Amino acid sequence: MNNVYRVSFFESQKRTRIFLMILTYIILILGVCVVLLPFTWTLSTSLKPLQEAFKWPPDFIPSKFMWSNYSQALEKLDMIKCTENTLIVTFSVLIGTLFSNSLAAFGFARLRSPWKDAIFSMVLATMMLPYQVTLIPLYILYRNLHWLDTFKPLTVPAYFGNAFYIFLLRQFFLGIPKEYDEAALIDGCSYPRIYWSIILPMARPALITVGIFSFMGSWNDLMGPLIILSSYEKHTLALRLAVFRQDAFSYALNFTILAAGSIMMTLPLIIIFFFAQKYFIRGVVVSGLKG
Amino acid sequence: MSQGKSALMKHENRWFFIFILPWIIGFFSFQIGPMVYSLIMSLCNWEIISSPKFIGLENYKTFFTDPLIKQCFKVTFLFALMTIPTGIVLGILLALLMNQPVKGITIFRTLYYLPAVTSAVSAAILWIFVFDPQYGILNYLLKRYFSIQGPPWLGSETWALPALAIMSLWGIGGSMIIYLAALQSIPTQLYEAAEIDGANSIQKFFSITLPMLTPAIFFNLVMGIIGTLQTFTQAFVTTNGGPANATLFYALYLYNNAFRYYKMGYASALAWMLLIIIFVITRIVFRTSNWVYYEAESR
Repeated sequence: MNNVYRVSFFESQKRTRIFLMILTYIILILGVCVVLLPFTWTLSTSLKPLQEAFKWPPDFIPSKFMWSNYSQALEKLDMIKCTENTLIVTFSVLIGTLFSNSLAAFGFARLRSPWKDAIFSMVLATMMLPYQVTLIPLYILYRNLHWLDTFKPLTVPAYFGNAFYIFLLRQFFLGIPKEYDEAALIDGCSYPRIYWSIILPMARPALITVGIFSFMGSWNDLMGPLIILSSYEKHTLALRLAVFRQDAFSYALNFTILAAGSIMMTLPLIIIFFFAQKYFIRGVVVSGLKG
Repeated sequence: MSQGKSALMKHENRWFFIFILPWIIGFFSFQIGPMVYSLIMSLCNWEIISSPKFIGLENYKTFFTDPLIKQCFKVTFLFALMTIPTGIVLGILLALLMNQPVKGITIFRTLYYLPAVTSAVSAAILWIFVFDPQYGILNYLLKRYFSIQGPPWLGSETWALPALAIMSLWGIGGSMIIYLAALQSIPTQLYEAAEIDGANSIQKFFSITLPMLTPAIFFNLVMGIIGTLQTFTQAFVTTNGGPANATLFYALYLYNNAFRYYKMGYASALAWMLLIIIFVITRIVFRTSNWVYYEAESR
């Protein structure tokens, strides 16, 4: 009797568990549909013939797949040139970011100085500074340097460090045992050598995290290119899409092309994200939990 | 010996400055210098073509009487009200969901996080297609499944801001990840102890999970407030402040003053007021943060 009771108890517990699991999956899948809706809907729009994009009720699956929308987007938005510009900016920034911030982070994490704490608190203070405060004076500065409509204002500052990245890298460098430096010093290694041959190789995951942030930051940046780049052939992808969208005339006429363009702009980031997820999420978490 | 040591310290100190030299140069030329310049500019009337004219605190006086500034604060406040509390609740719920030990959960995490890596410009454009009053999928779904005639969203004075709030909540993956990391760092002993004491899952949530999440909630709250004040790209791409200034975010108004009306002096004053407002709000939030539970303190 007791036994029977126990069996049915386990059975019902198992049943609840299965029920809960199914419920979890249903919620998860519904959520995914909502989250992905803007992507899938824009993808669908980007593949429709223009008349079909203005049809009611709308169809999710295009009656015929207009791949030509993509080639037209490449042409009308001049996306190849824009991608080239974006890549030039993105990689110049990437190199500068990795170089300047790892140097500073090494200083703050591995070297001793009576000034260190005071200076580091200044680094942290700049993190709080809204970029709008320096936006206008920097614009004037670049104007006086005749740097407007060049890539320099977008790339040069990256060579002089960024508080957020310094903080992130320092956090990681602090976790590397100090014994490595001490042993190297006894062997007669100089500090640049320790930085280059010991710390940097060990900090590769953190460098990848910073690299991804930097890449996404400049790939997505609108404000910088918007105020700096005026001539059409220097536009970055983000700027070109924003400009194309604001042009009401081209908006209505090129509904599907705009959709194709924004899909193309988003795709590289999604691919990078899929491959480098763990580095990316680590960066978010470090900044969120310890910041 | 002690002399040798101090020489070593000096050597190390010198290298410290060499390593942080790029940052120091950047700090003065891209931060301190421009800040001083901006402060001076904020005391001038300067329309970029003409030469700057010193007008004292006039720009700051304008700030307090400008009806559009009032509108900016209304927009920002409403937007914060719509996005921050919902964001916190939804973010935690999602993180709890993502913490379930079911198969394939990592794939779901990736998918839920996807909007957070989408560039603001393309995200805005994606949503324009969703929100389109006539041909957008949202109003179609509302009509089809709920028989509701959807509003013109981005084209409507009432609905443009809620539409932007929905867009912003779409990027909730970022805060979800932070909550998830916080959830996973809660020591399991706490739950085990509670189970021995006979706590049910609701009790466990309110007396363990939620208190342990407060630092993450606090972080997201501060970032949410600062982020709202600085919202620019979404509004610039979708509505450009309209209709009838219904989505005139502070950062957008600042941009318009500087680069559309070329009122460099006034825009600088706006930037300084933004700095002050962010500073004050952050201070208030920190001051009132005794509800935040830091594990380290109790050790």
